[in-house]
Amino acid sequence: MIQIKNLYVDLKDFRLQDINLSVSEGEYFIVLGPTGAGKTVLLESIAGLYPIESGEIWLRGKEVTQLEPEKRGISIVYQDHALFPHLSVKDNIIFGLKLRKQTKPEAEAALDWIAGLLGISHLLNRKPNTLSGGEQQKVALARALSIKPEVLLLDEPLSALDPETREGVQKELRQLHNRLKVTTIHVTHDFEEAIALGDHIAVLGEGCIKQVGTPEQIFRQPNSEFTARFAMARNIFAGEVIDRGNGNTMFCTEDIELAVVTDLRGKLHASVRPEDILISPELLHSSARNSFGGTITYIADRGSTFYLTVNLPPDFVCLITRRSLEEMGLAEGQKVYITFKASAIHIF
Amino acid sequence: MSKKWFITNRMTFTFILLGLVIFLFIIVPLIKMIAASDPDILLDTLLDPQVRGAIWLSLYAAIIATIVGFVLGVPLAYLLARTEFPGKKLLEGLIDVPIVIPHTAAGIALLFVFGRNFWAGKAFHLIGIDFVDSTAGIVIAMLFVSVPFLIDSAKEGFKKVDVRLEKVSRTLGASPWQAFFRISLPLTWRSILAGSIMMWARGISEFGAIIILAYHPMIASTLIFERFESYGLAYSQPVAVLLIIICLFIFIGLRTIVYRGEKT
Repeated sequence: MIQIKNLYVDLKDFRLQDINLSVSEGEYFIVLGPTGAGKTVLLESIAGLYPIESGEIWLRGKEVTQLEPEKRGISIVYQDHALFPHLSVKDNIIFGLKLRKQTKPEAEAALDWIAGLLGISHLLNRKPNTLSGGEQQKVALARALSIKPEVLLLDEPLSALDPETREGVQKELRQLHNRLKVTTIHVTHDFEEAIALGDHIAVLGEGCIKQVGTPEQIFRQPNSEFTARFAMARNIFAGEVIDRGNGNTMFCTEDIELAVVTDLRGKLHASVRPEDILISPELLHSSARNSFGGTITYIADRGSTFYLTVNLPPDFVCLITRRSLEEMGLAEGQKVYITFKASAIHIF
Repeated sequence: MSKKWFITNRMTFTFILLGLVIFLFIIVPLIKMIAASDPDILLDTLLDPQVRGAIWLSLYAAIIATIVGFVLGVPLAYLLARTEFPGKKLLEGLIDVPIVIPHTAAGIALLFVFGRNFWAGKAFHLIGIDFVDSTAGIVIAMLFVSVPFLIDSAKEGFKKVDVRLEKVSRTLGASPWQAFFRISLPLTWRSILAGSIMMWARGISEFGAIIILAYHPMIASTLIFERFESYGLAYSQPVAVLLIIICLFIFIGLRTIVYRGEKT
């Protein structure tokens, strides 16, 4: 559907090089990379908004590398939404339709459809600066989708939102994509967002693509130190949330059942921060719902802290201080217990 | 205000006093001049065809200069706001030179290009435009000394428009022209209008460059000068008062439009 071949972009202080990506029709593709990795520039290059030094961009079997942005049919939604401040919500959304010389009834029909889909019909006469962040986001999405783009580019769409809004919008993005099946390239620095939304993930770092794969491949088999460090920050598991009754909600993987607190159900992911896990030589009797025995298989020295890998199975990475390690005399091969609260698990 | 206020707000109090001095310095001579005028003489002056012609020419030539400045200056302002290139700072400095040089010197510089014996003067002569002692000369003198105000104001305005707005409009199907006319220009109109008003006002008040290039036909500032030189204070004062009153009315009107737009 869209192919990027050997893309080379010069950003003055660094460059993107050897960027090769292939995104299939209707796919939700994530580009994951740290802040300042050139993710926005990558999107702008794809849209034709940033000059590239060399490389090719192919869209549906046609090369579009030299095509002007207005002829590509690629929409972009920026992190700050970039709504036209002098136009009403309605005029923002039909901006592209008017340029396409659509008749008034056609444009009105398209407006009704997209505003209805995103639930913003009541906002049409407002000015962008009177909207909340979440509303602006939806208007920007509506504006981008109104022209029925071949590809939708999303630049950190969730990071400008407050945490409560973010979870809802993330869900809506997924649902919207399931309905419209617009090929989407979404860049983010958030690992969990990438896992939750992506059909495929490309990890971008140090100016090039480090790894491309399914979410499972990225967090199960990171092929580089760079990807691993991204994934290391979390213990992430794929599994299913099942209701056991009496308020017992369990997250079940092949190896383990974790007590969790969530309203979500079905096939999902769970993550536990390494710093939220307690390590003890004996089984702890506490209010924490999750306590398991395992063996320390690896100790990684990070200066004043250590990352311990404890195999139950599966592997849990736990963060402890040097002092704790020394006082407890922990070593590889030793049996320990790990404990964490059900509320320390994030389901997504 | 209690005594305590003066003690706790010594700085504010001092600044108010200093500000008051400069404010009075600006406003007192103007008020004095207007107040000292005899309404009958003012009316007579207003009915004097030479005075009316000169004031009208001042306003009219400054409008033409502003229109030319708009057409040629706004695109330049956009380029300066959107692009980076070596020597840009120097270019921006050069554009502001007319503001800092003596305006009689500006007039002489213009004569060197637009005088009858020089290339631009000759070229324009072929299409029937002469600059020496003509309205066209007044217009270019006003343009030269006042266009930096419009360019600078428009440039600052364009800088405030997020370039992403233009980029989004391009992805939605806008050509570079459409992005400019539908996004950048509407979002900058207030800065451009404010700059245009400044430019127009500066044009009307121009004197130095104009007397070098085109003493005739006489604009208001030249007429004030001539009457002062030939007949003295009493005869130049009513013309000056009329010009000030007309300008004040127009500026207050235009500024109201600009600020009303800002609120909505």
